[in-house]
Amino acid sequence: MPKVYENVGCPYCGCSCDDVRVTVSDDGKKVLEVENVCAIGTEIFKHGSSEHRHRLPRLRQPDGSMKEISYEEAIEWTAQHLYKAKKPLMYGFGSTNCEGQAAAARVMESAGGCLDNCATICHGPSFLAIFDNGYPTCTLGEVKNRADVIVYWGSNPAHAHPRHMSRYSIFPRGFFTGKGQKKRTVIVIDPRYTDTANVADIHVRVRQGHDYELFDAFRMVMHGHGDDLPDVVADVPKEQILQVAEIMANARFGTVFYGMGLTHSDGRNHNIDIAISLMRDLNKVAKWTIMAMRGHYNIAGPGVVWSWTFGFPYCLDLTKKNYAHMNPGETSSVDMAMRDETDMFINIGTDAGAHFPIPAVQHLKKHPWVTIDPSVCMASEISDLHIPVCICGVDTGGIVYRMDNVPIQFRQVLDPQGLLTDEELLNKIADRVDELNAQGA
Amino acid sequence: MSELIIKNGYVFDPISGIKGDKADIAIKDGKIVEKVSSKAKSIDASGKTVMAGGVDIHTHVVGPKVNLGREMRPEDKLFRGDYRGGIVKQGYRMEMGYSIPTTWKTGYAYSRLGYTYVNEAAMPPLMAPHVHEEIRDTPILDISAMPVFGNNWFCFEYLKNKEIENNAAYIAWLLKATYGVGIKVVNPGGTEAWAWGENCNTIHDPVPYFDITPAEIVKGLIETNEYLGLPHSIHLHGNNLGNPGNYTDTLDTLKLAEGYKAKNKFGRTQVLHNTHLQFHSYKGDSWGTFGSAAKEVMDYVNKTENITIDLGCVTLDETTTMTADGPFEHHLMELNHRKWANCDVELETGSGIVPFVYDKDVAVIGIQWAVGLEIGLYAKDLMRTFLTTDHPNGGPFSRYPRIIKWLMSKKARDATLDSMKRKDKVIAATDLASMDRELNLYDIAMMTRAGPAKALGMSSMYGSLAPGADGNVSIYNLDAKKIPSDPELIEEAFSKTAYTIKEGVVVVQNGEIVAEPKGHTIWTKVTMPENLQVMRDIKEKFTKSYTVNLENYAVFDDHVYRPRALEVEVA
Amino acid sequence: MITQRAFEEGVAMEIGKTSPEYFDACNIIEMNEQDMKKLGILKNTNVRVTSESGQVVVKAVVGRQTVYPGLCHIRQGVWANQVVPPRTQSTGTPQYSGFPVTVEPAPEEKLKTALHLVQGAVGMWKGEE
Repeated sequence: MPKVYENVGCPYCGCSCDDVRVTVSDDGKKVLEVENVCAIGTEIFKHGSSEHRHRLPRLRQPDGSMKEISYEEAIEWTAQHLYKAKKPLMYGFGSTNCEGQAAAARVMESAGGCLDNCATICHGPSFLAIFDNGYPTCTLGEVKNRADVIVYWGSNPAHAHPRHMSRYSIFPRGFFTGKGQKKRTVIVIDPRYTDTANVADIHVRVRQGHDYELFDAFRMVMHGHGDDLPDVVADVPKEQILQVAEIMANARFGTVFYGMGLTHSDGRNHNIDIAISLMRDLNKVAKWTIMAMRGHYNIAGPGVVWSWTFGFPYCLDLTKKNYAHMNPGETSSVDMAMRDETDMFINIGTDAGAHFPIPAVQHLKKHPWVTIDPSVCMASEISDLHIPVCICGVDTGGIVYRMDNVPIQFRQVLDPQGLLTDEELLNKIADRVDELNAQGA
Repeated sequence: MSELIIKNGYVFDPISGIKGDKADIAIKDGKIVEKVSSKAKSIDASGKTVMAGGVDIHTHVVGPKVNLGREMRPEDKLFRGDYRGGIVKQGYRMEMGYSIPTTWKTGYAYSRLGYTYVNEAAMPPLMAPHVHEEIRDTPILDISAMPVFGNNWFCFEYLKNKEIENNAAYIAWLLKATYGVGIKVVNPGGTEAWAWGENCNTIHDPVPYFDITPAEIVKGLIETNEYLGLPHSIHLHGNNLGNPGNYTDTLDTLKLAEGYKAKNKFGRTQVLHNTHLQFHSYKGDSWGTFGSAAKEVMDYVNKTENITIDLGCVTLDETTTMTADGPFEHHLMELNHRKWANCDVELETGSGIVPFVYDKDVAVIGIQWAVGLEIGLYAKDLMRTFLTTDHPNGGPFSRYPRIIKWLMSKKARDATLDSMKRKDKVIAATDLASMDRELNLYDIAMMTRAGPAKALGMSSMYGSLAPGADGNVSIYNLDAKKIPSDPELIEEAFSKTAYTIKEGVVVVQNGEIVAEPKGHTIWTKVTMPENLQVMRDIKEKFTKSYTVNLENYAVFDDHVYRPRALEVEVA
Repeated sequence: MITQRAFEEGVAMEIGKTSPEYFDACNIIEMNEQDMKKLGILKNTNVRVTSESGQVVVKAVVGRQTVYPGLCHIRQGVWANQVVPPRTQSTGTPQYSGFPVTVEPAPEEKLKTALHLVQGAVGMWKGEE
């Protein structure tokens, strides 16, 4: 008899939807049907029960082929290399649970290395801005229940967070928002006429890379200098700036959702910093919150876990073992790669082979490369050792943090069939590194 | 079958009534016992002070707003971390952070102070799994967490309709769902108002839409708490925190407890615990006329036996303020223009975080410092008066030894007053300079162990050296018969124990971590007949308003670590 | 040039980066129609994109999500990262969006697979060049 699991969490994007229904074969090995989920989520669950999944670690041979080895051998290989490396880097964690992230922290503190997560190439600029200017935010339910004005700035949820608009922001009928979309004003600020802009009330076509000037223009209006604005700022006409500022200042509850359009462009953290300053201006006359559209279902996780473990959310240098050092730009993964400062790379729960700029990949590839990830991906196909693990939300449960830092408890729906979880694997590696440290001492 | 005996120390145990006599304390299998065999491991506490492990009734150490504070303040590690002084790693994990330590440091640092149990002051129920993850990663200490109810939509609706039984059923359900220990109330009504950018500044300001007043909320929650018979009373952070002249609102708030009697089987006698009273005891109508109202407030507290309070002292440090009083934090940011974090939590609560420098050369700060100490020195019953800083709001918990020093030594208080640039203004606005009272070690034991444990309904477990209590003992390098005349030595002695013993295991020796067993998660388990109406209401709110599914809301049993329940049965 | 997420890229990525779906979803550059005319690029033909740090051959299309003249978009992924400059402005985050590129018609050039590009870049490609 197939088994039906309700209230399952989806391990793709920062929506971390927890209303998925999964039907699984009687033997716990195959996903038969997935409901309530977007097409990307469907793929994840299907992929979870694909016969093509590797279920044992593979070690690269001198002729370039991969040979299966046992988990014990893979743990030994990794621990030995970590022990010998002077500045190993473990990076990723877009797709691991918090228990795994806590175990990773243990590994790199014992080994004395660097620990970083995908925020370093994604919402790192958000962290930098938060360090300087704070973060006036809320949980997604506050948006659903109260918001009458929504701004998507440099963010395209129609493509990156498919159920965001229907579950949280535009369409849902919440407690104080019983009329749903009809009583909400949606503003999309983006250089492209995106599919999200297509469902918005207003599209502000800002010049790519010039969002900072537009934020500044809004701030001018909030400070009473709207009349002094030039006719056009960042390709946006003054009339539209005044119109949008008026809507924002009169909101009952407004939220700005923002994404890579701001964090990947010139200015990086300064774009977010001024966005937060604008929120502070708006909170003098209305009620506004801002939220980073985190890309993965638990990419907020390492930031949360490592903040309570080390005091810093990313770009951690733990090489001294007694204390942690963080200095993005110096201790960030891509910068260290480009300066040849690491001598071992562990890619975990991500695919640096595909998502780092290729020169960084070339630098990292000069050293031992381990990929800990369930999938065959670019990183696994160039690494020296590929260790498959459970997919969180599919073959194992665990706690994940949604984009608004609300913890969601994920469930296991498939039998792991011998795969280790990130947590189990990393704790074993940490145990072995502790042993090597004790012997070496 | 492990046995330990602590011999020859000067014991201060208010629960047993021991006031500094020389006595031996015997521990077997983690519990205090009458005596042990000759095979027991022995610790010589001659010339030292022996107390039960410390109990912190109100501290912010685990959870989402604590962590957002850590995340947003790298400087709390860079400029103030111990590592710059070349600390050698003591425990298995590194220690980072000054005003908001990492969880590992929290466990180690409290242990070095001789504390073995702390009560996390506020847990947003929606984010309970986060709190329990941090508890897992806090070594040694036993920890409980209080979910917040003062801005909860269910409570608003039930209490507006005066449905105490339904409110009780909801709270019982939520305590199980969050593995929480009791009822916390923060700025009742005001944090819900803040979700629209407003506040409730007096106890009679109605909450927008829900149309219930803070007074009704507080009284309703007192009635609910006593209906359930929970181990602790309601734990209240009242309206209008921090503003000049707020002592009248505080008296209004305290008076809400009049006429109520505690009903429970845990030995608790108060119906209201008013926290960080210092922040609520100000006279004046502006910052210029700001002054201490500690006497007025304590006159009322002293004659009102059914309330308890904790100090919430300002320690004159750079620290981080963080509270579920969201509107207050916004207000603070408008005063000091520092970075500001805020998080409104759907249906339940909110929070705000703002760094703050308590500069002793600013008159208002000096007055705040004096108020906290005056409250302790005016107190007649120290079993109802507890030592806290609302960590980290008034200052980091690492300063508890300094507060003990100030309470025990007028000389130390005068020295600090003398160092203030606006000393004359501070003296004119407060009573502290003319107060000669110096607390003694027994008083301190009441304020830091016995009193908080009793108020929490846990004196059979904590804060006590009576047989049956947990084997948690702190031994300080302080000769009770020869208290040093240099008050700095008092602070030093309380900063690092000679020994801290947790359930019979020596975890600190000579101020250093020597073992790190894991602690327990303390929570309150209420057994009550099923309430169909409330279950229907819960289902409805989750379907309509929450963004997490009901079945994923309650913390999975696997995600709570070494739980230890206080059991309550309601007919 | 900007490089951003796309729904098709997400679906394909979860199928697998070595899959034909990923190949089809990500080796595309979306351009402004007038720009294509000016540069003599026919729709759905291949082009060579060159940046300060690399070059890649992708297929030029007019996307449904339109771009203004001078702006173009390659979906985040293997092909995009052949040209994304690794400079981070000392923040750790590379210049994934907002970097200058040259786009030239290259209708005779073949598209390379993801594995070819990544393994090729690190000297591990064993297939045909």
